[in-house]
Amino acid sequence: MMKTSFLRKLSYLARGMYAGIPIGLGYFAVSFAFGIKARAAGLSATQAFVLSGSNLTSAGQFAGLAVIQGMGALATLALTQLIINLRYCLMSCALSQKLSPETPFFHRFLMACGVTDEIFGVSVSVKGALSPYYLYGQTMVAWPGWVLGTLTGALAGDILPSSITSALGMALYGMFIAIVIPAVREERKVLFVVIAAAITSLCFTYLSPFSSLSPGLRIVVVTFLVAGAAAILSPMRSEEGK
Amino acid sequence: MEGHSIWLYIAVMAGVTYAIRVLPLVLLRKEIKQAHIRAFLYYVPYVTLTAMTIPAAITDAPTVWSGCVGVTVAILLALRGVSLVLVAAIASLSVWLIECFVA
Repeated sequence: MMKTSFLRKLSYLARGMYAGIPIGLGYFAVSFAFGIKARAAGLSATQAFVLSGSNLTSAGQFAGLAVIQGMGALATLALTQLIINLRYCLMSCALSQKLSPETPFFHRFLMACGVTDEIFGVSVSVKGALSPYYLYGQTMVAWPGWVLGTLTGALAGDILPSSITSALGMALYGMFIAIVIPAVREERKVLFVVIAAAITSLCFTYLSPFSSLSPGLRIVVVTFLVAGAAAILSPMRSEEGK
Repeated sequence: MEGHSIWLYIAVMAGVTYAIRVLPLVLLRKEIKQAHIRAFLYYVPYVTLTAMTIPAAITDAPTVWSGCVGVTVAILLALRGVSLVLVAAIASLSVWLIECFVA
């Protein structure tokens, strides 16, 4: 009995690590660019490394760098992080519903470290209940990618040709697409929601009063508008969406 | 620039970001029954991922063309049921190839 459950945890961990490979690669490319910027903003390589290791968030870190560089108030920094990373709150809410209700507190505290856009996307797409170990496996691969990319960028910004780093950036988006498309095929409701989200996101990026929103805030607003509208139009009974 | 104040900035960023992530996981321990909230949380990932991909996947790519090719390749492969890891790898490879040989 003990043995099976141990093997099951191990299997979730291994599957998570496999799913984490494209995340880690994509992170390396993005955080490489962050490392270069962090040095330019006056951080040491060690500070850039600790910043990436303790935050594990792209948009928030890039925005935080701007505040640090301008020696802005700590309250401004906190507010920036709150707004840009508010989407993690929504993601954690969604993940909390994927966990078995008996999941102990220490798992919840530990899992929170790995809630990123990509890990969330992969974790929430599993069928049935989510094992914390699946998330840990992804984090174990994605986190090193993120901090090593930062360190490499901070220490040796211009070794890799830029054609490779920017092509690696597509890995993250390829992964997002691979998460969304199967659900789009399976459910017409999701297809409509995704089309609406794409159009709304384009409007908020290019139409004038909205385009002044930061990318992080834009994602929060689009999420509330489109998922909110979809929830009003098509509520969900308790047995659906599991 | 003062060394310790940068460490303080980093600590504040890490603290706020962690709090946002951990609070829902710790506070929401029961299944939500309310149909609208369930539907909202169900749609959130698809909307968020779409909003993060469009238009950033195309504008972040080296050129609009290679971005469009990368996104199209990813969609076609995903429609054929190719695994996540392969979709990500082939999509980046296609961007790199376009940049090397076409542009």
